[in-house]
Amino acid sequence: MENLEQMVAQAQAEFAAAVDAAALEQAKARYLGKSGSITAQLKTLGKLDADARREAGARINQAKGHIEQALEARRGAIREARLAAQLAAEALDVTLPGRGLGLGGLHPVSRTLERIENLFRSIGFEVADGPEIETDFHNFTALNTPENHPARSMHDTFYLEGERDVLLRTHTSPVQIRSMLEHVERFGGLDRMPELRVIIPGRVYRVDSDATHSPMFHQVEGLWVGADISFADLKGVVSDFLRCFFETDDLQVRFRPSFFPFTEPSAEIDVAFMSGELEGQWLEIAGCGMVHPNVLRHGGIDPERYTGFAFGMGPDRLTMLRYGVNDLRLFFEGDLRFLGQFR
Amino acid sequence: MQFSERWLRSMVDPAIDTAGLSHLLTMSGLEVEELDPVAPPFTGIVVAEILSADKHPDADKLRVCRVDAGQGEALQIVCGAPNAAAGMKVPCALVGAMLPGDFRIKQAKLRGVESSGMLCSARELGLSDEHAGLLPLPADAPVGSDIRRYLDLDDARITIKLTPNRADCLSLAGIAREVAALTGAPLTLPAIATVAPSIDDRREIVLDAPEGCPRYCGRVIRGVDAKAPTPDWMRQRIERCGVRSISALVDVTNYVMLELGQPLHAFDDARLTGAIHVRLPRAGETLELLNEQVVEPSADTLLIADEAAALAMAGVMGGEQSGITLDTTDMFLESAFFAPDAIAGRARSYGFSSDASHRFERGVDFELPARAIERATELILAICGGRAGPVVEAVSPEHLPRREPVRLRPGRARKLLGIDLDDARIAAILQGLELEVASSGDDFTVTPPSYRFDIELEVDLVEELARVHGYDNIPTPPPRGSLAMLTYSESQRPAWALRHRLADRDYQEVINFAFVEEVWESDFAGNGSPIRLANPIASQLAVMRSTLLGGLVGNLVTNRNRQQLRVRVFEIGRCFRRDAAGAPVTGFDQPLLLAGLAAGPALPEQWGAATRGIDFFDVKGDIEALLAPAAATFAAAAHPALHPGRSASVSVGGETIGVLGELHPNLVQKYDLGTAPVVFELRIDALTRARLPAYQPISRQPAVTRDLALIVDDAVRVEDLRSSMAAVAPEIVKSIELFDLYQGSGIENGKKSLAFRVLMQDTRRTLEEAEVEAATSALTAQAAQQFGARLRG
Repeated sequence: MENLEQMVAQAQAEFAAAVDAAALEQAKARYLGKSGSITAQLKTLGKLDADARREAGARINQAKGHIEQALEARRGAIREARLAAQLAAEALDVTLPGRGLGLGGLHPVSRTLERIENLFRSIGFEVADGPEIETDFHNFTALNTPENHPARSMHDTFYLEGERDVLLRTHTSPVQIRSMLEHVERFGGLDRMPELRVIIPGRVYRVDSDATHSPMFHQVEGLWVGADISFADLKGVVSDFLRCFFETDDLQVRFRPSFFPFTEPSAEIDVAFMSGELEGQWLEIAGCGMVHPNVLRHGGIDPERYTGFAFGMGPDRLTMLRYGVNDLRLFFEGDLRFLGQFR
Repeated sequence: MQFSERWLRSMVDPAIDTAGLSHLLTMSGLEVEELDPVAPPFTGIVVAEILSADKHPDADKLRVCRVDAGQGEALQIVCGAPNAAAGMKVPCALVGAMLPGDFRIKQAKLRGVESSGMLCSARELGLSDEHAGLLPLPADAPVGSDIRRYLDLDDARITIKLTPNRADCLSLAGIAREVAALTGAPLTLPAIATVAPSIDDRREIVLDAPEGCPRYCGRVIRGVDAKAPTPDWMRQRIERCGVRSISALVDVTNYVMLELGQPLHAFDDARLTGAIHVRLPRAGETLELLNEQVVEPSADTLLIADEAAALAMAGVMGGEQSGITLDTTDMFLESAFFAPDAIAGRARSYGFSSDASHRFERGVDFELPARAIERATELILAICGGRAGPVVEAVSPEHLPRREPVRLRPGRARKLLGIDLDDARIAAILQGLELEVASSGDDFTVTPPSYRFDIELEVDLVEELARVHGYDNIPTPPPRGSLAMLTYSESQRPAWALRHRLADRDYQEVINFAFVEEVWESDFAGNGSPIRLANPIASQLAVMRSTLLGGLVGNLVTNRNRQQLRVRVFEIGRCFRRDAAGAPVTGFDQPLLLAGLAAGPALPEQWGAATRGIDFFDVKGDIEALLAPAAATFAAAAHPALHPGRSASVSVGGETIGVLGELHPNLVQKYDLGTAPVVFELRIDALTRARLPAYQPISRQPAVTRDLALIVDDAVRVEDLRSSMAAVAPEIVKSIELFDLYQGSGIENGKKSLAFRVLMQDTRRTLEEAEVEAATSALTAQAAQQFGARLRG
């Protein structure tokens, strides 16, 4: 019966030699198939007596078991080899570029405005908006700047043909008046009115055009009116904002007396960086002050009960300082090679 | 206002250096814009006299000079200046002197001749660009004296940028008052003597318009020498204030204006007839001004006139016919107060400005005219000689500005500034500014002086306190306030969300000017009567845009010119239209619009994707994504800038919110764009409305899909067919979507095959085959009935 052991060894050798599933199945048939050698062995058992049959049966089944084991092992190996080959064939050059749409971006000044809005929202400022064709009344008169006031010559104003009482707003300050009136109305009068905290980003216009002046530019107006708002609060809020905006304490902020008809006292705000290219230079970035009582009155607010501060800053300038842009005109030329740098 | 530091220090001399003075002025509201030393640093240069100038033995262009520089014995100096001559006084740099640019003078030999110093030109001293020869000094210049002291060169020209409220600082005396108040240094203003009349000649003065001119002082001076030279000290002072020296009489009027702040005017008395009138113009009257401009003064322009004619524009500019000349011997000097309202804006309305109008429109001290005319008389008599008549003053007291007392509540001041400033300090600050301070109970009553035009309210005093106390000394506390949360509505979408969504879909934001070329309005909006600017900066920026499309096409052109083929841009900005119902500014609608443009390849150039140009449907997909979850409907619509067969209106919830389309071929050609860009423009208010998400149960039942391929006429619109089927679909039909459009082989000409996928589902049960069949039949029948559709075989 060394025949059986030989048979197992031979089967194992044949299975190992089978290169694919078909060859393996053919080899399997030679041992385990209907006319396979193991099957033939089993057919001989009937001729044996009971004891011998039991003994021979056990040995044949053991041999069959070894052959089946070898078969399974080889099947697994072939499956794996096939998978490995498939995977190898499917391999990609992962360094090829990705496909699809590109990515656009926001305008750099928009980036700045979004940051300014977020910073001021974080201390409870709402965001308001106003018309760009504005009445002379809102742009000047209500802001304590009557006709022929010398301060009007500080603003070179664009006027519309055939219109006497409207103009292109020269600043976002007229929205102060609109915001105050709306706030008082929204809360049903001064008695129930909570503090007014609002910023007003927008486009403004002046007859001026060179490397540092654009006839259209941006401003962000800020206004905080409450029962107990002081010039110190103005200094605190604006200084805090500037440090947060530039993400540095490495910054000096200076408030310098100035004049605006709609604030009293008034100040210009200068910043100086303590390092970098602009180190030590005072750069004018905003005007501000305590809201003039006449302006509060035009906004429907009693200046004896409430005080407030206002500021108007130049986000174009802030953007230039933040990203190192040296020519204001680039913002309005629409050159994608410039705008694409701010994604 | 430009002034000489030394002149200022002659009135007030605080113990701070030039830089300290500059900082002090800036931080008190008189912003120093420029600080320009009169001369660069140098040492060792003295006044010297050339005793002889002989030819150099070995050089044609050099001369050997013997020079007395006050050194005991004469120096030998070799000099190349062509004007070097015996008897001349010049600046001499001694051996050891340090010239500008760290250039040290050493004992030297020039072409074999010893030279002990250097004679200097103005340029070598850094005083001017003059270098044609040595700087000649006056014959009486004291030999040996330090040139810096002799020419008063330790001085600086300081230019301050004055805000319109501080007209009181448009003079040396005014700045000096301010510096004295800020530093406590003593103030010495020039003593003004009254000049006793030595003749009786006088001209009567009539104030015909006393509101505009409530005070006018005039004086006749006879026998002046108009050709007399202006003394050096005076010329130097006014020149360091940026005023050119013209003639002694003119220089004196400018000097007094700079010194005290009072604009003066000198008339040639021989050209005047009778009394002086200050009046408004007569109809048709004209006046030739000193700048040779002939104007017809507007009805509100105040004039100085005599009994024959208009002489000058009051407080603005003198007249060409009545002014002084070098031949004038008799003069009439004017020193008046003109009310700011009577002067403001006048010069500008004639297209010029003057030192006088600049001051009068901001406010000149109405108590100053009499003093200023005495000061000017004194100087004229001293320089030009002559005999002065009496000062004739016409005044209308009730028309002079009033200085009303202003109540100041110290507690209010402290509250407004957020500082502790005790009452004594408050009073001291105000008194330091020469305000009259009286106590009344807890409050102060403060009366401003006649030269301050900016103190009418309590807050004006509060500003003075803050200024003098120092803005730097006001604390900077962290922000404090109530912590009420801001509403943040989910049914509103901020414009930022739209910007980010478009940026994520490969659009770059741009910002274009709101004023555009007029032709853009007709080309891109069909607008023949745009809103025009009265004073545009350029003709191509002359009208207000009513559409953003022109700007975006402009961006496309700009970028195409810079080799950028694929351009995808958007802008959010206001547009402007006349509209009687417009608000909040009556007559104008100013909607915020969002517009986009896409041109060039649909995708960035890349491997594995065939290059194809962007088309209508790419951009339509972008708009659908922008609007999602709101569903937009698109309907063919005409637009002046768009291809008539490739443009659509965009609607949401039945409301039209904008347009989408391919640019009209005529415009593509006109603007040389090559291929047509696809553009869109939407009202932003519709885009910022958002839907609050509401959960719908998800069906556990299997969905059934059926595909219907329908053949219809080419003219049938997909959306018409689809919505018609949807209208008759039973409830189990959840969606009908087009997934294929086919024309070509197998489909006859003029027809197209539309393949729809119909999705059916019930939330509670599995659908029966019969229901599914019934639903599909209903859709097919509707398509057949309404559009002649038949199923593709």
